[in-house]
Amino acid sequence: MAWASLELLEAHGADVDVPSGQTCCGQPLSNMGAAAAARPLGARFTATFSGYDHVVCPSGSCTAMLHRFAAHGASAPVPRVYELCEFLVDVLGVQQIEASFPHRVVLHQSCHALRELGLGTPSELGGGATPRDNPGRKLLAAVKGLTLVEPTRADECCGFGGSFCVTEAALSSRMGEDRVLDFERTGARVVTSLDMSCLMHLSGVSRRQQRPLDFMHIAEVLRGRPLPRPGAGDEP
Amino acid sequence: MSATSGPHWERAERFLADTDRSRFHDGALWEIRRRRDQRARGLPEWEALRALGAQIKAHTLSRLPEYLVEFEANAKKHGATVHFAADAAEHNRIVLGLLRSRGVERVVKSKSMLTEECGLNPWLERHGIEVTDTDLGELIVQLRDEPPSHIVLPAIHLRKKDVADTFTRRLGAPPLGDAEALTGFAREHLREKFLAAQAGITGVNFAIAQTGGIVVCTNEGNADLGTALPSLHIACMGLEKLIPRGADLGVFLRLLARSATGQAITVYSSHYHGPRPGGELHIVIVDNGRSAIRAEPEHRRALACIRCGACMNTCPVFRRSGGHSYSTHVPGPIGSILAPLRQLDKHGSLPHACSLCGSCTAVCPVGIDLHEQLLLIRRRQVDGARPVPGGVRHSGSRQRRWLAAIASWVLSSAARTARLGAIARWFGRRWPGLLRVGPMSRWSATRELPPMPRQSFQQQHAARRVLRAGQAERERRDERGQVPS
Repeated sequence: MAWASLELLEAHGADVDVPSGQTCCGQPLSNMGAAAAARPLGARFTATFSGYDHVVCPSGSCTAMLHRFAAHGASAPVPRVYELCEFLVDVLGVQQIEASFPHRVVLHQSCHALRELGLGTPSELGGGATPRDNPGRKLLAAVKGLTLVEPTRADECCGFGGSFCVTEAALSSRMGEDRVLDFERTGARVVTSLDMSCLMHLSGVSRRQQRPLDFMHIAEVLRGRPLPRPGAGDEP
Repeated sequence: MSATSGPHWERAERFLADTDRSRFHDGALWEIRRRRDQRARGLPEWEALRALGAQIKAHTLSRLPEYLVEFEANAKKHGATVHFAADAAEHNRIVLGLLRSRGVERVVKSKSMLTEECGLNPWLERHGIEVTDTDLGELIVQLRDEPPSHIVLPAIHLRKKDVADTFTRRLGAPPLGDAEALTGFAREHLREKFLAAQAGITGVNFAIAQTGGIVVCTNEGNADLGTALPSLHIACMGLEKLIPRGADLGVFLRLLARSATGQAITVYSSHYHGPRPGGELHIVIVDNGRSAIRAEPEHRRALACIRCGACMNTCPVFRRSGGHSYSTHVPGPIGSILAPLRQLDKHGSLPHACSLCGSCTAVCPVGIDLHEQLLLIRRRQVDGARPVPGGVRHSGSRQRRWLAAIASWVLSSAARTARLGAIARWFGRRWPGLLRVGPMSRWSATRELPPMPRQSFQQQHAARRVLRAGQAERERRDERGQVPS
């Protein structure tokens, strides 16, 4: 996933560095209520990334966390952080994707990319709301051979939720299972998302139940990576 | 309260164990949510209306004492009597006093979450007064000795067969199959109760300061029948039900029904300006911890809630765990804020019954930032910066605090983070079974962990950097070698 993200950025002309001092944005701590413990990690982020023109993150929820930090917790200016697809579309102006991915794909709309970052229009927004483009959807549409299919529930939460997936393990698993079943009914071969943590949870549920779906980060799809299990689960 | 006890996750597990029921529950509420979404999308001014609702509520809450005084004065002009109760006990004493002094033995009551909050039914029953809930859903749960599981749809956790069994067991009904027959039977039963009642108790949806009137919204007309027959009407309300002007009412009536069930408006929106001729109207205004929440700048806006239930219907947790999985009379996202703000220790698991998906915040008709509020309460539990009014620090917080401190220490150093990653990868590759025991078992009971790579991305990337630097160096040397000396 990380390599695919890097290659994607380089393929579209970005000069990319991966600073070695980086660790974690602190979101897991912040979401369990430990704001004080998360703060030094935000400061560490600022120190590590302040010299760059743009910071790009292949995760909607980490990006949302860093936006929060920039808005509330930062003592020094923090560089603007972009979610990967958002950066490709809005900053690099990517329209064409070279890759080919001849499979049926369903996009899991991760809550933080959708509702916190505004990368897309949540299904519950009412009349008069400004529709927002979903950069991930836009990029997937440009991939050769890819068929994008839609689940019944457009943007239901997968149930990962950070510490939630452990404190509320049974609920979290049921939410994941319901999502997997919905995706399966679309006849999709691959579930993709802007967020690795949702995919880890969803694939964890799916693989335990030996279901046919494969889970790939959107960067891997956009690079046309091979399926993790090419033999398994024939295309309908 | 439900007969079950324990933290939310434990109660949720119990509800989930009945897979059919929990899937039915999720599907039924998803349908309500879908109707609401459709309505909201169909109204071009919907988001503007929500913003307006939020502004009116914020304004009202900022001047609540003034509006309470204004409301009381105007209600009195119409001949109503206004009572103020500091807490649930005082509310119950006032209501009992009113009933006793007038020799009332039988009461009909339309839906009121406030009386649930105060435990009015058991209190009155203990004092020999018969109370009948006249909302169909409320009647069903009352017959089952259960609390409502949803503030708008009190019996949504039950299926048709459960209702039929309840009517047979408690009211001697013949076995009834379809909803229409069940409703018909309940109507017969309730008609006797309405005719025999000596007083009607209602909740209040909106109290208008400018006019001194109150508005009660129902779909069944049960509040109207309950106040039209007996001469004594007692209306019970939390002090946050106030709105400033009659002109503001339209905003909230439009927001309420659309948010609650996807209806354009409730079937009955009944206005009471004083008692009916020859009757009495008593309005009991209850604080019960609301002023303390109002005094919290970060949480004041939680009092804007108009009890539409939209946050519950959209909540992926509520839909699957059911209202009885919450340790409080108002369940779901809003209940998980209001209850811990009063008693953090008792309701400490509720703020964690949330995946932070943010859908509740997106639907709230009065702009409460519900998921942010839940996060703030988690923060209090763990960081414990300030004591919570009437509550003590959640006992589960110590564990979280330690875990967070250790994680913060590891993640504050790139070297420590790398070492932890290496250890996790090593164990993950050699002994994947180890992750099925101990603290990780709550993950791995239902989920596979992803396969572990040999090296981290950072290591691989560093290796590429070295490789590329070497390549560049060789190319430079080659170029130099080609230059003729």
